[in-house]
Amino acid sequence: MGGSGSRLSKELLAEYQDLTFLTKQEILLSVYVVLAPHLVDDEQQARSGNEHTGRPIAENTDSSPLSTRAHRRFCELLPQEQRSVESSLRAQVPFEQILSLPELKANPFKERICRVFSTSPAKDSLSFEDFLDLLSVFSDTATPDIKSHYAFRIFDFDDDGTLNREDLSRLVNCLTGEGEDTRLSASEMKQLIDNILEESDIDRDGTINLSEFQHVISRSPDFASSFKIVL
Amino acid sequence: MEKKIEVLKEAKKFVSENEGALGKGKGKRWFAFKMMMAKKWAKFLRDFENFKAACVPWENKIKAIESQFGSSVASYFLFLRWMYGVNMVLFILTFSLIMLPEYLWGLPYGSLPRKTVPRAEEASAANFGVLYDFNGLAQYSVLFYGYYDNKRTIGWMNFRLPLSYFLVGIMCIGYSFLVVLKAMTKNIGDDGGGDDNTFNFSWKVFTSWDYLIGNPETADNKFNSITMNFKEAITEEKAAQVEENVHLIRFLRFLANFFVFLTLGGSGYLIFWAVKRSQEFAQQDPDTLGWWEKNEMNMVMSLLGMFCPTLFDLFAELEDYHPLIALKWLLGRIFALLLGNLYVFILALMDEINNKIEEEKLVKANITLWEANMIKAYNASFSENSTGPPFFVHPADVPRGPCWETMVGQEFVRLTVSDVLTTYVTILIGDFLRACFVRFCNYCWCWDLEYGYPSYTEFDISGNVLALIFNQGMIWMGSFFAPSLPGINILRLHTSMYFQCWAVMCCNVPEARVFKASRSNNFYLGMLLLILFLSTMPVLYMIVSLPPSFDCGPFSGKNRMFEVIGETLEHDFPSWMAKILRQLSNPGLVIAVILVMILAIYYLNATAKGQKAANLDLKKKMKMQALENKMRNKKMAAARAGGRYVYVCNVCNFSFSFSFFLSFFFFFAFSPLDGEWHYCREQVIPQSLPSTFLALLRHHIQGIWLFSSGRKKREMKMWAYKLGSSDF
Repeated sequence: MGGSGSRLSKELLAEYQDLTFLTKQEILLSVYVVLAPHLVDDEQQARSGNEHTGRPIAENTDSSPLSTRAHRRFCELLPQEQRSVESSLRAQVPFEQILSLPELKANPFKERICRVFSTSPAKDSLSFEDFLDLLSVFSDTATPDIKSHYAFRIFDFDDDGTLNREDLSRLVNCLTGEGEDTRLSASEMKQLIDNILEESDIDRDGTINLSEFQHVISRSPDFASSFKIVL
Repeated sequence: MEKKIEVLKEAKKFVSENEGALGKGKGKRWFAFKMMMAKKWAKFLRDFENFKAACVPWENKIKAIESQFGSSVASYFLFLRWMYGVNMVLFILTFSLIMLPEYLWGLPYGSLPRKTVPRAEEASAANFGVLYDFNGLAQYSVLFYGYYDNKRTIGWMNFRLPLSYFLVGIMCIGYSFLVVLKAMTKNIGDDGGGDDNTFNFSWKVFTSWDYLIGNPETADNKFNSITMNFKEAITEEKAAQVEENVHLIRFLRFLANFFVFLTLGGSGYLIFWAVKRSQEFAQQDPDTLGWWEKNEMNMVMSLLGMFCPTLFDLFAELEDYHPLIALKWLLGRIFALLLGNLYVFILALMDEINNKIEEEKLVKANITLWEANMIKAYNASFSENSTGPPFFVHPADVPRGPCWETMVGQEFVRLTVSDVLTTYVTILIGDFLRACFVRFCNYCWCWDLEYGYPSYTEFDISGNVLALIFNQGMIWMGSFFAPSLPGINILRLHTSMYFQCWAVMCCNVPEARVFKASRSNNFYLGMLLLILFLSTMPVLYMIVSLPPSFDCGPFSGKNRMFEVIGETLEHDFPSWMAKILRQLSNPGLVIAVILVMILAIYYLNATAKGQKAANLDLKKKMKMQALENKMRNKKMAAARAGGRYVYVCNVCNFSFSFSFFLSFFFFFAFSPLDGEWHYCREQVIPQSLPSTFLALLRHHIQGIWLFSSGRKKREMKMWAYKLGSSDF
């Protein structure tokens, strides 16, 4: 791991460590997880010039030493592609690859998570640095403030800065799963949302804004431990 | 991230360019040096954090379990790993400071009577059966107390072994207390104030999803449990409402408790009887005993620990409690069972120790006789003036006293080993074989085995955690008399980790009902603390009040074990220090110190209570403020809008919030320990109800004042609308 880790320049690694809550090993591991298949695709495109063969990331995570397979491919690629390491860090990985990661596969909020952390103009892909941001917010050492801030953005389905009834009902539907028998009836939903607004909406405007949300979340003992993704 | 990196680079450039200028003119070099040291220190800290994170073992395994089973099952493995760390420290202490010095610098095997297998047992000393029982060669080795010599210093470094033995024993206990208390206080900080009921629904919606789950089946289970949770909370549970036939329920509960008491008493008596029998067996010739007789006591304890919880589960069917409360009762009963077993075991052991001490007095008397006879016989064989070789007796032939400390150590080691074996066998048979049976015989069976009766087992978190805690208690009790126990425990925890990880992934399914592990963490640590306290008490009692054996162990020859400290003070410290310490142990001073400590405890208690009260006060104020704001907003909205719409709105709002608070009061009456039901009876009644009524009362008084002071008609009409009366 140390050998190819030095391909990612020490400066860059130090900068990433400064800006996120992750440790060095986590950053390096996420490089393999996100970038190696991407670089394989690039290389195959470069070599054969054929159509894009999108290899899903899930294939790489099957074997337990994930890093050795990715390591080998990475090392094969790098002597020729030395410079493109830097640029590939900003290359965009489409959502399908990120969503097939085992950590995100079973999560009901996976599309929202990807959308919130994406910085591409079309909001349809994540760069490696966005992925690092994602991991940093969901890591164990992130402060509860950061987590609640991002949780608010994830739950805000229409991106308008507040959680209104629409957002809350979509949120509850995500939580109750896809099957018809597990969804709540309309009256149950209405009552649940009324209760939520009754509890959390302090200024009684019918929506929950960021500070109200943070006030609610800060008193919860379970939030920090459940809002966690470990690579 | 790009922007952040740019900003960071700019900032770094600015700082490096202007660093000198940022410091004062004169102290530039010193300032630059300080900055460089600060940077190096920050880098060192970060590297150290990375190193620490890399050193943590089994991270991948636990992560895999978390993603498959959720955080509650993973919490057991996290607890196991933490215990492994604690035991590792204990092992390092005992190994490096007790076992290694004796092995390196103490007299070798065979040089002293206490270090040699007695002549009578020599033939069978290396047999596997004997070694497995920790007799024979295993008994006369560094593994047990009896091997250690009581010379004050050993080796060229003058290592004081008896002192080290005593101090390491005390340090192990002290370290364990520290580490458990630290873990508990860290968890208390995470609790967040514990006001449970105000944000019930919001918490359910915002925080119930466990982001660590990666397995679709577990995710499905989680969805189902969340949905059920919502539905139950919304439609107001029946369990609290229906109170039919209270007497029958009470009678059934009383009956169940009665059965539980019977079981507890029965198991205690069974253990006592088994220990008595094992003493009888010890008198008999070991060759005539079968395997069962030799291991009877350990087997009895382990089997009781295995089967009684199922009995308790059965009795709990009679009681018909809410699942969380039933779980609490079950945990409490298993705890009482294991504790009772442990203490009966200790009582029986104390009995045996007293017997051995009596025996020792006889042996002591016999030895002087025996020695006198030997010398007489020896001198008689040289009746003339010739001097033969000096008087020498082979150590193996010297008669031995019964070494009660080694006996105690042996008992604990045997108990630990048999416990391990029972656990592994249970997992193999109960989980693995059952899973194989369900999986392979399902094709040719009448009903669906996977959904019907046997099906796959769920991982029993509380049972496993309790077993772990009690095993640790036994280690704490026995490690003073068998310094090898922490080492044995390390091996056990190591293999247990791999074995149970494999078993859980292979044979268990995720639980259907998922309870959150967050609150119960402190509960388990609290139990661990209690066990630590209860298990060090017998050890301390034995150290302080029982005389050590006269011919084995590092304290042989002394009147009490702690006299080694006094001896060290006399010989090794300068005389003025001994004088000072003697003054310090003056009873007057000690009493004064105790009084000061009691006063400090009282003061801290009072401060904590006062702060809690201030906390509650502030919370009440916040709620009042929120209600006032609500009323004010409504007033303003009504003043602007006016009319029937407002009237309807206000009435609905008023009646809804009133019924809402009433429903809180009636239906959330239970207060379980943990889990997603954040009901808290004590908090709702004093706070929300009086505050609501206060607000309403104030409203009434305001209205009456308005009326009697002849204010504008419109305002009065508004006020009347608010209260829903239309006759004005």
